[in-house]
Amino acid sequence: MLGFASAVCYLRRFSKRLCQLAIFIGALCWQALAQAFSSYWNMPRGVTPVSHGIYHLHMVAFWVGVVISSFIFLWMIWIFVRYRHSKGAIPGNVHEHMGVEIVWTVIPIILLVILAIPATKILIKIHDDEKPAMSVKVTGYQWKWNYEYLDQGIRFFSNLATSQAEINNERPPGPNYLLEVDHPLVLPVGEKIRFLITSNDVIHDWWVPDLGVKQDAIPGYVNETWTKIEKVGTYRGECAELCGTYHGFMPIVVKAVSPAAFKQWVAKQKTVSNGLTPTKPKAPAKPMTESELLTLGKTVYGKNCAVCHQTNGKGLPPTFPGLVASPIATGALEGHINIVLHGKKGTAMQAFSEQLSPSEIAAVITYERQAWGNAELNKKAGHPVLVHAADIVKKEIEESGS
Amino acid sequence: MSHAGVGHHHPKGIKRWLYTTNHKDIGTMYLVFALIMFFVAGGMSLIFRIELFRPEHVFIQPQFYNEMITMHGIIMIFGVVMPAAAGLANWMIPPMIGAPDMALPRLNNWSFWLLPFAFSIALSTMFMSGPMPDFGWTFYAPLSTTFGPKSTDFFIFTIHMLGLSSILAALNIAVTIINMRAPKMTWMKMPVFVWSWFITALILLAIMPVLAGGVTMMLMDRNFHTAFFEAAGGGDPILFQHIFWFFGHPEVYVLVVPAFGVISEIIPAFSRKKLFGYHMMVYATIIIAFLGFLVWMHHMFTTGAPIESQLFFMYSTMVIAVPTGVKLFNWMATMHKGSLSFETPMLFAIGFLVIFTIGGVTGIMCALVPSDYQYRGSYFVVAHFHYPLLSAVMAIMAAVYFWLPKWCGKMYSEAMGKWHFWLTVISVNVTFFPQHFIGLAGMPRRVPDYPLQFTDLNQVSTIGAIVMGLSQLLFLYNLIRTVKRGKEAPQRPWDGAKGLEWTLPSPMPYHTFEEAPDELHGYED
Ligand code: HEC
Ligand SMILES: [Cu+2]
Repeated sequence: MLGFASAVCYLRRFSKRLCQLAIFIGALCWQALAQAFSSYWNMPRGVTPVSHGIYHLHMVAFWVGVVISSFIFLWMIWIFVRYRHSKGAIPGNVHEHMGVEIVWTVIPIILLVILAIPATKILIKIHDDEKPAMSVKVTGYQWKWNYEYLDQGIRFFSNLATSQAEINNERPPGPNYLLEVDHPLVLPVGEKIRFLITSNDVIHDWWVPDLGVKQDAIPGYVNETWTKIEKVGTYRGECAELCGTYHGFMPIVVKAVSPAAFKQWVAKQKTVSNGLTPTKPKAPAKPMTESELLTLGKTVYGKNCAVCHQTNGKGLPPTFPGLVASPIATGALEGHINIVLHGKKGTAMQAFSEQLSPSEIAAVITYERQAWGNAELNKKAGHPVLVHAADIVKKEIEESGS
Repeated sequence: MSHAGVGHHHPKGIKRWLYTTNHKDIGTMYLVFALIMFFVAGGMSLIFRIELFRPEHVFIQPQFYNEMITMHGIIMIFGVVMPAAAGLANWMIPPMIGAPDMALPRLNNWSFWLLPFAFSIALSTMFMSGPMPDFGWTFYAPLSTTFGPKSTDFFIFTIHMLGLSSILAALNIAVTIINMRAPKMTWMKMPVFVWSWFITALILLAIMPVLAGGVTMMLMDRNFHTAFFEAAGGGDPILFQHIFWFFGHPEVYVLVVPAFGVISEIIPAFSRKKLFGYHMMVYATIIIAFLGFLVWMHHMFTTGAPIESQLFFMYSTMVIAVPTGVKLFNWMATMHKGSLSFETPMLFAIGFLVIFTIGGVTGIMCALVPSDYQYRGSYFVVAHFHYPLLSAVMAIMAAVYFWLPKWCGKMYSEAMGKWHFWLTVISVNVTFFPQHFIGLAGMPRRVPDYPLQFTDLNQVSTIGAIVMGLSQLLFLYNLIRTVKRGKEAPQRPWDGAKGLEWTLPSPMPYHTFEEAPDELHGYED
């Protein structure tokens, strides 16, 4: 009889290599599993009731999976040891058995029901429609997020704050490499916040793992979801739907603060003019000098335009045209103002009229018309190289203007 | 009309391959084409895995990264797994059912020859000014329509040609199986491989026209001012996703059901025991194929779908696990109390079982809508779907080792085959297992650069990918060596292999079963 003894005998004879391999793989798996349970490599437990629910469901599903696959793998090992042709195993002749078929249909169904019940419960909770305390409209742009606090009248863009130098290996990356923004989304803890998520161009996806929120931002749709953050802290995420070249470079940062701190923050936005509250087009009292415009223009360019048109103005043709000696940057002023204000539909060049103030737009156009040797070309052709905020405001009023 | 090859005119050289209507020649061309494309698409994956070896810019720009992931996906699916499976169908279905050839040999020639042209068009965009298609293999609108690069129109044309090729091939296979079986081969005596391909062909016939319709709408949106998918024109970007996934989910079964068939031939052969639960196996595959049409929205759980449809698609997706489990358990039961030997085809079949189990388990996790909120669009999903897909690849490799002696009359090197297996199965897991953790920790897919905390496991994954790539060279070498100077293969190299194809000499003559066989020589008798 081919008993356990012969199996052991086989293992002893051939197993030196096998054992080493098994130990190695075992160690790897153990490592991997240990890693998985240290929260570092697992799904975060998160800081909202929904994220906790999802985490528990995930762990239940994970363990059910471990049980099923362990059963199959152990059975497999048993077969490989026990029924070897080389050990003279004689094939059995049962080829059909309704009983076992029923067993391995019914047991998985039971396991699935065990998973479906909590999944359904949590899903119902996710779709809870209790009245929110406040609403934030989230709009995806190529490649930044716009946040609009519908109840507070605050609206701003949130851009990647990691520098191009870090991305291009010119400087060592900071600790929050690719997960830092200039203006985080500030939210109060303990209150139900509704998100209305949409997009200005292609489909993006607003994902913050710690909040357990992932929702597609789709042009023409406003998707609703919500969160209720339990703990003060900073939570980071990234866009989760391929949205073009810089899909990997549009992070999300949520800063959860106490309700009192949130009130203070809101009040501050309303008094300090830091570009976070929308204002009617209005030229600053005193026009800026050329050198002020150029300095501001360079900063605005670096923050808003350089991802595509590059710091050296050469762009990444053909997707992103260069601005050095380009037909528009060294052409008539009208066309230049036009493309910066309104963008170009169907391309990544977006309308900056709603993202930048008139002074900033004037500054960046001035900068583009003068930098990289464009000044000489413009002067030679008799095109203006200096634009003031007042020109931009005038144009905006003309256009909006009835 | 024809009698035992007498008087047949065989053109030589390139003409033989261009004009051939012989199912064996066409099968060979499909397989060789798939092998070439396997290295092309695999090379692309190495390019982006190397970029991902560490955060920050390594050596390719984000734009090129997106182009590479797009081509990698499209080629692996339409240029590798589908043609390889079609090659197996061409080579093996006629001898397995006792038919002299495919039912529609000229159509067969055309379905193959569309492929090299289709992929030449897709790959030619690499040499054009302007970006290659860069929107991922799912080519969601409006990224691929309003915002798509100029080359998108070439891409659309490629998809049309691939669709045509698949529809014609599927039609041919279905017609062959319906009409050309040996008299004694009733439906429930057909080998499971043939059954699997029959079901696959029916799926293909149902889904490829849907995809063709979808890309035609894209073409219209891009060039003729329609707005099917353009919200600003009253269209609907989500409509694209419905169309795409109505094709895309059953497509997963197009890739994996032929693999089920292969495994159902190989496991009994090396267990020296008849397939356990033949009837259940066939029914389970039919049920899987049917349910495959009812789950497409599980790819769209975060699009803002209402709870009712989320629940329906969650439950329907979970239900698919039941017939899939039935198949897995029946394969296990086939090996149980068998008499197993572990030649390379069997090793790959076992590799299939292991990899497929892991992919199935993570599939159930992804089916749960709340958890899917965290998984979708992350590396967890990348890890998940590469498991079933690589299980299909392993099944194809198993099939190649299994039938190669029959095809060319030579034996491959068993030692090299075993090395190939162990290197592949280990490197697949080193590559993709860590990606589960990367995704859970929060890394989105399709990004060329990532935050620092994902570095370690991305490095492990890249090393795995490089090893995986290199070990396929061993496969290539083994194949070439076999064809050039392998040992003579006996008629039935595997003593447990049953079925009509093993009653033929090795290599199979150019024309076989010109008279339908009387006996089936399977386990049936
Ligand atoms: C997301 C990428 C992106 C960003 C950011 C961006 N642009 Fe553009 N820009 C483009 C693209 C694409 C075009 C080409 C549009 C076309 O097809 O005509 C373009 C075109 C232009 C042109 C016309 C160039 C020519 O001569 O053809 C100017 C001027 C310009 N952008 C200015 C700016 C300014 C100023 C900013 C920053 C405030 C900016 N862009 C930010 C993508 C971008
Ligand atoms: Cu995005």
